[in-house]
Parts: sequence; structure tokens; C-alpha cells
Amino acid sequence: MSRNSNDLTGKHLDARLALSASGKIPLFDSARWQLRAKGLVLPVLIIVVLEIIVRIGWLPYYQMPAPSEIAMTLGDLAEGALWKHIGASLLRVLLGFAIGAGLALMFAAWVGLSREAEAYLEPTFAGLRSIPSLAWVPLLLLWLGIDETSKVVLIAIGAFFPVYLNGVAAIRNIDRKLVEVGHMYGFSRRRLVRRILLPAALPGLFTGLRSGMSLAWMFLVAAELIAATKGLGYLLSDGRETSRPDIVLAAIIVLAVLGKLSDGILASLEKRWLAWRDTFNGQST
Amino acid sequence: MTQALLDIHVERKTFAATTVLDNIHLQLQPGETVSLLGPSGCGKSTLLRIIAGLETDFEGRLISRTEPLAFVFQEPRLMPWLTVEQNIGFVDDDRYDKAWVAQLIEEVGLAGFAAALPKTLSGGMAQRVAIARGLYSRPRVLLLDEPFSAVDAFTRMKLQDLLLQLAQRHAIALLLVTHDVDEALYLSDRVLVMDNRPSSIRQELSVRLNHPRDRRDSLLAQLKALCLTELHRAHVI
Repeated sequence: MSRNSNDLTGKHLDARLALSASGKIPLFDSARWQLRAKGLVLPVLIIVVLEIIVRIGWLPYYQMPAPSEIAMTLGDLAEGALWKHIGASLLRVLLGFAIGAGLALMFAAWVGLSREAEAYLEPTFAGLRSIPSLAWVPLLLLWLGIDETSKVVLIAIGAFFPVYLNGVAAIRNIDRKLVEVGHMYGFSRRRLVRRILLPAALPGLFTGLRSGMSLAWMFLVAAELIAATKGLGYLLSDGRETSRPDIVLAAIIVLAVLGKLSDGILASLEKRWLAWRDTFNGQST
Repeated sequence: MTQALLDIHVERKTFAATTVLDNIHLQLQPGETVSLLGPSGCGKSTLLRIIAGLETDFEGRLISRTEPLAFVFQEPRLMPWLTVEQNIGFVDDDRYDKAWVAQLIEEVGLAGFAAALPKTLSGGMAQRVAIARGLYSRPRVLLLDEPFSAVDAFTRMKLQDLLLQLAQRHAIALLLVTHDVDEALYLSDRVLVMDNRPSSIRQELSVRLNHPRDRRDSLLAQLKALCLTELHRAHVI
């Protein structure tokens, strides 16, 4: 009796899956494009309004260049030095982020798993965390000079704390009841970490990595504004010194694109690995 | 008398200043179903956790315990990132016995859901998966901690029948903790009525009825009256 009804639900499910696999895809796709189009409405509107305002002379062009002019500047830069700047900045961010986030994950795992480690390390980290990270800049310049090392270290410091904090929280928020299942099976510590703790902490770890990445970009700009001969931050201060708001805005746009791209990569990894989460996705209206 | 699958004597178990369990002697014979009946918070779950080895801090002696032994928790406790299939074979990592898992899925009535994620399952279905996970290690003893308390009454009856069927098919002895008098009497060969704090076994009732049982059997009704009297005397109700 109960078997029968289960077979039925099984068939229903199959039927639903089949429907979404064959008939629904175009509809789903157009819905997705509609969503994307909605996201474009505001930026396009702003660009058009700005263009008009600047063209009719309500805003002085030497302070706010027209969007079309910024596009031209961007085009010019792309034929010349832009790629060199992007390359330099990207390298610094990736290196700093890798070092900072890597160390943070290590310490987060250590502190999260062991109360002993927490007792030794957590007060120190709490103290270090309360220092605004930019306060390190003079010291880094004194110790490491103004070349690459000090920039990478600053970015690493910036990326460290969000990853560390979220990492510890992610481990400590794991459902004790799931861990108990591992104890029930007599799992070794390593197996417990691999089979239960790591997957259960993954959502929190991703939150940390994503905010760490955005802080890495922030600290990159800080580092490059202070002292650099290439990089997007240098482009920003160069634009200011030569009174070229179009260059400043072009650099800002490139930073936005790169930040969005790097976050998008993390977001898509998150989406792929955390598809199992039973979360609220917002309402359609 | 055959060798008991489980033989434990708990002299005392305390949490801080409170004594939770007091002088409990419990045996489980092969093929037997035994229920510990008492109110929530009387310490019966603690007793089960001691038997499972999840709680090691107690005064007393675990005289014998037959491995393998499996535990079904009050909540399904499935790993949300694993499919039904992977959850059932959880103990063997990725090298689980596919054929055995498929058979278990079939036996708990979840055919077609092998690749489903826990978030798509109803409460009753998730508890079926939990039972299958318990059976995966081919246990001789299955410990269940109020396994059906979170599902509706009709699902509960279905799951009770399923549990009995599986226990009989695989020759598993069941030790079940419950606060549901009907459930205890319907499933068990022996019902141990627990005292309120500190818990000890107040009375042992034998249910001499063959399976499958009729839930409307007059003997069950008589025993229920007896149980309720005892629980009343224990100031539980």
C-alpha cells in the first residue's frame, strides 16, 4: 500500500523533471534575460542622463566628462598602457589575496577546531583586528620599502581578517547534531574534518573568501595610491595630478569590472558547490 | 537462555548536581524489541546515548555490547550536501556498497529518490533515509531515540510498520526510546516504564502478542491503562 503511493510520487517527480528538462528551458532562459535586463535599467538611465546634462553644459566637462568621452579615453588607454596597469594590479591582488586568505584559512581551521588554540591565539587576533589595517602602511613602508613586497603584504593583511573571522564562525556554527553522527560512527579526527566539518563549514568559508576578495581590491587601491609607478591606483592618482577626470573615471570603471569579475568567479564556484543548501532565494514580486 | 546482545548496568549518571539515572539494569535479547517509556527529559535518551557510547561519563558497567550497533536519532540528521544514496552509505565514504544501498532504498520505500538531496524530502521520507543509513552497517542492534516524534500521526504508523518489517527481515533487535504509550506497546515485546527524575525502571510490562499486531487489540488497551496508571503514580502525568 505504502509502496504504491511512493511509486506514484516517484513518477510524479520524474514527470516534473522531464517537463523542466524539455519544455521549460526557453521560458526559464527568457526569464533570466528579463532579470538581467532589469539590472541594466538603472546604469543605462544614469549614462544617458549624464551624457545629456554634460552635452547641454549643465555640468562643466573638465569636472564631469561625458560618458562617451570616458569610453574614448578607455579605448585610448586600451591601446596603450592599460594592460600593463591591469596586469600589475591583478598580480598584486591575487598574490596578496592568496597569501592572506591561505593563512587565514589555516588559522581559522586551527582556532575553530581546537579550544586550546583559541585560548592562545584568539586574544591576539582580536587585538590585531582592532587596528585599522591602513595604520600598517607607514610601518610596512619603513620595513619593506615602497616596492612590491609592502603592497602585497598590505593586501594580505586586508584579506586575512574577513576570511579568518568568517572561517572560525563557520566552524563554530556547524550543527553539533551532524558532528555527533560522525562520533557515532567512530570517525577519526581527519575523517570528521573531511566528511562533516569541511562541507558543513563551506557556506561560511565562501562568505569570508568573497568579502576577503573585495577587501583585497580596496587595499590594492590604497597601496597604489600611496606609492606606485604602475597599477590602477597609480592611474587614479595620475589622473588627479594631470586634472584628467576621464582617466580617473576610466580607472574606476576598470576596477569595478575586475572586482565584479573576481567576485563572480567565487560566486559561481559557490553556486556550484553549495547547490545543496536549502535557502530562501527571495520572492518573485 | 541465549547470550544477550546488550547488557548494561548504570549505577548512576549525573549532570552537575542532578542525578538523571539511578540503578538501571538493562538486557536486550536477540530479535527482541524493547521500549523505554517515559516523559521527555527523564533521562531515557541519556541511557540510550550511554549504550551507544556517545556518553562515556557514568558510574556503572557495560557488561556486553554486540557490534555492529546503529543509532537512529530523533531528527533524521542527514548530511544536507549528500544525496540520499550517499547519506545511506555515509559510513563508507565514497566506496559504499551500491547494490546494498539500492536494496535499502527499495526496502524503505524510496525507490527513485537515490539521487535526491535531503532538502527535497519530506520529514517522513528523511526519517526513512535515516533508518536505511542505520541499517547499512548490518547491525544486530538498532537504537532509536524517539525516531517518529517529529512526524504526523499517520506517517508515524506507517513508519512503525516499516520498522517492524525491516527488523524482522534483517533479524535486528530494537531498543527504542519513546514518550508515546501506543507506540511502545504496539512495537515492543517488553515495555520498561521509567520513573521521573532520577530515572530508574519503574515497571516492566511484557506484551505477549504476535506480529503483525492489530492496533485495536483489547490487550493493548488493557496494557495502555496499566501504563498510564504507572506513569500517573510516577507523577509524570
